[in-house]
Amino acid sequence: MGLDIRWPIGLMFSLIGLLLALFGLAKPSESMSLSYNINLIWGIVLLVFGVLMLLGALKGGKNPPAA
Amino acid sequence: MQPIHLQWIDYTILIAYVAFVLGIGWALARYMKTSADFLTSARSIPTWVTGLAFISANLGALELVGMAASGAKYGIATAHFYWVGAIPAMIFLAVFMMPFYYGSKARSVPEYLKMRFDERVRALNSIAFAVMTIFASGISMNALAKLLTNLLPWQFRFDLGGLHLGSYDVYLWICSAVVLLYVLKGGLTSAIYTEVLQFFMIVLGFAPVVYLGLQDVGGWHAMNHSLQAVAVNPSALYLKDAGISYAPNAWTSAWQPVLAGPAHNPMGVDLIAMIFGLGFVLSFGYWCTNFLVVQRAMAAKNMTAARNTPLVAAVPKMFFPFLVIVPGMIAAALCTIPDKGYRIPPPIVSEENYAKAIDVVKSAAPADSYAAVKAVGDALGKKIDTGKIASLVAANAANKLSDTDIKQGLYNGIAENDYDNVILSLVKKYCPAGLLGLALTALLASFMSGMAGNVTAFNTVCTYDLYQAYVAPNRNDNHYFWTGKVITVLGIVLSIGAAYFASMFYNAMDIIQLVFGFVNAPLFATFLLGMFWKRTTGTGAFIGLFGGIASSALFHAFTTVPSNLDASKHIVSVAKGGYLGVLQVFPSEMAQNFWLAAFAFIACFGLTLLISLLTARTKSDVELKGLVYSLTPKIVDTNMPFYQRPAVVGIALLIVCVILNFIFW
Repeated sequence: MGLDIRWPIGLMFSLIGLLLALFGLAKPSESMSLSYNINLIWGIVLLVFGVLMLLGALKGGKNPPAA
Repeated sequence: MQPIHLQWIDYTILIAYVAFVLGIGWALARYMKTSADFLTSARSIPTWVTGLAFISANLGALELVGMAASGAKYGIATAHFYWVGAIPAMIFLAVFMMPFYYGSKARSVPEYLKMRFDERVRALNSIAFAVMTIFASGISMNALAKLLTNLLPWQFRFDLGGLHLGSYDVYLWICSAVVLLYVLKGGLTSAIYTEVLQFFMIVLGFAPVVYLGLQDVGGWHAMNHSLQAVAVNPSALYLKDAGISYAPNAWTSAWQPVLAGPAHNPMGVDLIAMIFGLGFVLSFGYWCTNFLVVQRAMAAKNMTAARNTPLVAAVPKMFFPFLVIVPGMIAAALCTIPDKGYRIPPPIVSEENYAKAIDVVKSAAPADSYAAVKAVGDALGKKIDTGKIASLVAANAANKLSDTDIKQGLYNGIAENDYDNVILSLVKKYCPAGLLGLALTALLASFMSGMAGNVTAFNTVCTYDLYQAYVAPNRNDNHYFWTGKVITVLGIVLSIGAAYFASMFYNAMDIIQLVFGFVNAPLFATFLLGMFWKRTTGTGAFIGLFGGIASSALFHAFTTVPSNLDASKHIVSVAKGGYLGVLQVFPSEMAQNFWLAAFAFIACFGLTLLISLLTARTKSDVELKGLVYSLTPKIVDTNMPFYQRPAVVGIALLIVCVILNFIFW
């Protein structure tokens, strides 16, 4: 099918990751769980995952390899 | 359950997800030109995508909720559903069965049955399957609408010409409309793509909850240590009746308690029921013959990709217990640490009943604590912990407590658990705004894709196996393309009906699950004989399947579980069996289910074998080529590097699975 699924996955998680990380930076007091600023940490994890997906989609071109 | 307060960031994440899902539907719409594009994805999807969709199709929210519930109730032994059940079955599907499904060019599992046997077997299987998918999708939507009604602050109340519509109705219809839109636009591909999205949402949404939970109980070893206390005295958590005690490893060892016998493990199952009933019959029946999951592999772009789909799926599946079962174990362990202030959520009690009970506590005469405790129980309408309520009454009499404190005491004093709320209670406990939105979106995603997955399987079976086969054969493809779309709408409408059905009757869910069991249990026997014994005849398969379903219903009618028998040995609920007489009492419902499956399988297997030998073959060896193992040329995969061959990968995965079983021995 013409659409590479890695585009929407990458875009969505980059976006959500960025949002979470910024929220964690702006409001650290509302982002704590136990003693972690979990929004900041997990936002970065999501952002990295999203960017990796986007890179994969860019490199793979139109036809993703059947990994 | 106290309402959860969501902030703008949580709503943003929720809306972003819905927008992406709809966007995928729109982006795919221009590729939908034929009925095959719409209903079978024209066999064009890469393996990693079909592989992740393969597990996602099964990983509905009910699975998430149910596995966490079982993790609290039974501990690590719940992982048998994965390590004894799903993994071997998925490997068997990849290595042995996929060549027939994919190679026969069948578009659905019922169509394979028609090629292998005859129209009767196909009709029986497709009708049963169509009905089941509708109820499964209805159950998902009912759960989702209930969750949103409890979660979102907006309450709706409409009167349309005497018809009252509340929040539940509004959420049910909105969510169904979203699913309808993207499935109608992008067909099966839409459903598969959103399942992949959902897979990552669930993994990335729940991993931090598990991590934080484990940190909070003090790590893996500390959790296991706490669970030993649970195992020795499960009634302290209201997990079992007072007086029941297990060996300390009952919650933390997967095999030893099962080997010790049904009285020594909280599931109440024995080894044969576990291995044969769950491992062989139920799991192989589900993973190898259920079109909902098999359809994902059939959408792969070539035979190798199709065979690799279940293998790709098996890798994350193997480690899913850590994501879905461990939260339940964390919850049980948390209950044993007093200063965490956590308990497994009790059933929901209305605010009015709490208010009544608070009044009772305040006005209780401390001298007569027995009467006070009883009055509190009546006000709450639940079973209560007499010790805890009595000390609450005494504490209030000694120095007046605030209403909030009394309510907390009442909450802790309810001696019942609502296990289905375990996962949500942990999300609430560990997720601040932001992460909360992510975890809730993961739940929403899996509910919606539960509906989408079932509807896309339903429309394929209805279009190809019922409409094209019996109503309007030999039309042009455009006709079936549009029929597929109309049936998709019909499927959604019927699912909404099923959701209302599930919401209206108290034990509708139990009964639906029960019927699923009746239909599914014998199915694998039909496939096993059909694929590996060319002598199996259509009549044999049809009567065997029918007999198998009938025998599981009969088995259920004559057996029951102890909790279903009142003091005078009469049965309490038809849903738990025994209504035609009690020949056998199983220690638990799980044991009853496993044995029922084993019985139905043997009945179907025996009947099919016998009738096949008594009837003449109607299909020649030539007609069965590509459908039966002995008549199909073996797939030559020696030209592939050895590490890509399905048999080699399958064996490697099995070894890892065995190792996992040993680690949690």
